[in-house]
Amino acid sequence: MGALVKAGQQLPEEQQAAAEQQQYLTFVLGGEMFAIGILCVKEIIEYGDLTVVPMMPECIRGVINLRGAVVPVVDLACRFGRRSTDLTRRTCIVIVEVEGEGERQDIGVIVDAVSEVLEIQGSQIEPAPAFGARIRTDFIHGMGKLDGKFVIILNVNKVLSLDDLALLGQMAGQESMDALTAAA
Amino acid sequence: MNLEAALQTFIVESRELLLSMEDSLLELERQPDDADAMNATFRAIHTIKGSAGLFGLDDIVRFTHVVESLLDRARNNEVPVNDTLTALMLECGDHIGHLVGTAAGDQPADPAAMEARQAALLERLGKFSPAGVPEVAQAVEAPVEQEASLARDGSEPVGNGAWHISLRFGRDVLRNGMDPASFLRYLSTLGDVVSTTTLCDAMPAAAEMDPESCYLGFEIDLRSEAGKETIEGAFEFVREDCQIRILPPNSRIGEFVQLIAALPEDNDRIGEILVASGAVTQAELAHALAEQQEAGGGKPRVGEILVEENVVQEAVVQAALDKQKQIKDKRATENRFVRVDAAKLEELINQVGEMVIAGASATLLARRTADGALHEAMSLMGRLVEEIRDCALSLRMVEIGETFNRFQRVVRDVSRELGKEIALEISGGETELDKTVVEKITDPLTHLVRNSIDHGIEPAEVRLARGKPANGIIRLNAYHESGTIVIEVADDGGGLNRDKILSKAIEKGIVAPTQALADQEIYNLVFEPGFSTADQVTNLSGRGVGMDVVRRNIEALRGSIDLDSRPGEGTTFRIRLPLTLAIIDGFLIEVGESSLVVPLDMVVECLELSDADKQSAETRRYLNLRGDVLPFIRLRELLAIEGEPARRENVVVVQFGGQKAGLVVDQLLGEFQTVIKPLGQVFRHLRGISGSTILGSGEVALILDVPALVQQAASRENEQTASVMQSVRPGMAPTAIL
Repeated sequence: MGALVKAGQQLPEEQQAAAEQQQYLTFVLGGEMFAIGILCVKEIIEYGDLTVVPMMPECIRGVINLRGAVVPVVDLACRFGRRSTDLTRRTCIVIVEVEGEGERQDIGVIVDAVSEVLEIQGSQIEPAPAFGARIRTDFIHGMGKLDGKFVIILNVNKVLSLDDLALLGQMAGQESMDALTAAA
Repeated sequence: MNLEAALQTFIVESRELLLSMEDSLLELERQPDDADAMNATFRAIHTIKGSAGLFGLDDIVRFTHVVESLLDRARNNEVPVNDTLTALMLECGDHIGHLVGTAAGDQPADPAAMEARQAALLERLGKFSPAGVPEVAQAVEAPVEQEASLARDGSEPVGNGAWHISLRFGRDVLRNGMDPASFLRYLSTLGDVVSTTTLCDAMPAAAEMDPESCYLGFEIDLRSEAGKETIEGAFEFVREDCQIRILPPNSRIGEFVQLIAALPEDNDRIGEILVASGAVTQAELAHALAEQQEAGGGKPRVGEILVEENVVQEAVVQAALDKQKQIKDKRATENRFVRVDAAKLEELINQVGEMVIAGASATLLARRTADGALHEAMSLMGRLVEEIRDCALSLRMVEIGETFNRFQRVVRDVSRELGKEIALEISGGETELDKTVVEKITDPLTHLVRNSIDHGIEPAEVRLARGKPANGIIRLNAYHESGTIVIEVADDGGGLNRDKILSKAIEKGIVAPTQALADQEIYNLVFEPGFSTADQVTNLSGRGVGMDVVRRNIEALRGSIDLDSRPGEGTTFRIRLPLTLAIIDGFLIEVGESSLVVPLDMVVECLELSDADKQSAETRRYLNLRGDVLPFIRLRELLAIEGEPARRENVVVVQFGGQKAGLVVDQLLGEFQTVIKPLGQVFRHLRGISGSTILGSGEVALILDVPALVQQAASRENEQTASVMQSVRPGMAPTAIL
């Protein structure tokens, strides 16, 4: 894959961020291992008591009550364009803090299971491949090397971009209208 | 004292004062001989100047001083009060606003332009001053002749019209490089030195005398128009080690007494009153206060000290005492208002919100037991919580009148610019609504008012030709209606041109030419993005970037806007807003597994969906409500909720904006106090759901946005019928009005 990966693709500031942020939370999703920077993870809770919000796309499962705050919950697998996550005993919601337009919002992410917090050195992170990960490349912050295996480190602000999610919601709203119109 | 906090207070107060000044000026424009309005204007400027001085904001002091001088002369009928003057004053007010903004730390958009504006204003102000003498050169607080002469009629001997300055130089004056004679020379520049007596009492015998020490004292009579502050300023460099007493001329006693009586400041400290009137200087007051401190236990009064020290006459102190009493009386009534930090209020309301949720949860638990006493206690508590909630919310309620009044200026400026004569009529100003709503409604309202002036009201010729009075009228009205506040912006102009709007909408592709629309629907097309029918684009409005923004802003407040228009008679915009953004009374319903909340204010009644209606529901979506047609919506379908309908279904009849509709749901769970939790950015495009709330069980329930739901259902039905009609023409895309 060497030819496909351009060396020095990472921006200097990203490198700096990577150097500062060496701890990652790893989790399993559809049998694959992913990681997100530990700094944006607020907490991990058990899955449950989810309220479905109508007219929203499948990847926005609904909202939960997080000690008095209403937090949207995103199905990550679905967001990657895969089959939506099956609920099991180990299904968790990872509460992640995302930066939007000048404000921060908490978003819950459904994952199959949370693994552990790992340290990945900046030098052990490769840029994302141009294709092959079967995830939009801008979702990938980098590929962390771990015991000879790769773990996809996600760019949380892209994956959970508030604008994108809102846009998805708008499109879904129109689709559901169209579907109803067509059905009638 | 925390200077930063005090500065903030100054800024807030100055802005308020400028607003009230604007009101007074507009009043003056209508009634130039209104003495109250004149005085109010003067007081506002005077107070700003005084406070700005305290903070050393010299720019503001310099400019306001010139404005104040002119106002003072206008107040004394030396300058005629006319439109030119009020217009100039309004501009000056704006400029002071900018200066205050700069003091507040805002970066001026263009400092050079601001200076140029100030220079231009000063020049125009200068034209008013007598014989073109630049006001700046005149001494501060030039006393008014008439008042002085009035005072001279009093019992005081007229003879002594001079300041009496008694001066004892410190020993070290010469060593410090000061020449006592130079002070005397400087004094003569301030006025006429009538007499000077040199006192050499302190001079020791020649043998003991130190030639480098100063032993001299002077008693000086100075005839000058300058204020006490200015005279004292002459001795600024030697103040430290000299004894200086400056006694105002006796003839001025009456003047000071009058000044004190007319003082606008609400100081209740005697010293500050005296300083404000100019009878005592700040330095003298500080000295007297220090003396008072030293005296300890049986503290003499500041006034007495000042008299004893010979810095002020007793009559002046007496006047100040009267004023003090007057202010205290006034305070007693004014104390009913407390300034509270908005953040604290926010916090309180949040806490009350949490309490409402916790209370609901406790009630839910209590219901499971058969303990009668507990039930009773819980219901009492429920009622108290409800009352506390209402009280907390009412703390944030403000009258809309203040916001309305700001439009006097907008109407005046814009109508001048367009050369139209337009009056603003305000009613319902006492209607209350949430402060946060008020803040956010100002911009949309401004736009509507400008729009009405620009497009609504016709030019005077056209009006006369149509048999209407040449003067146009814009009306602002507010009233409460079923849990919402309605704000109306009405004009008596030409009304909207139905055909023009329709053709424009078709041209812009907003509606299909085949679509049949009611007049009301056509009028509301002006709220569509990218719509503007004005032939001429003016710099006020007409670029088509207005009405859709107005609607979006209002919808962001969970409100709605619509309009009524009658050709030749005018247009009325009607804005409906929720009273508060924080807490509502809700009606809890259940569809399938989902709990939903309908705002209780909208619920009229509930009934069971009869079997007959259920069966006919396949073909039609309305039922017979005691002889009226009631269209209904199946929430299960509209919200795409899974599962089969319950065996027994209920209809919640809702009413909003004169429209009635039914919502078909599975179960009715009853009233419920809800704290609105916004759903956040992710759901910002979601229509039909206005927010969420947390139930006693900890579950999240969604709050329905009934008007949006009904609109959605209606447009869906329109589309269905349209698509059936257009199915023969496959190339045509259905047009959605969402």
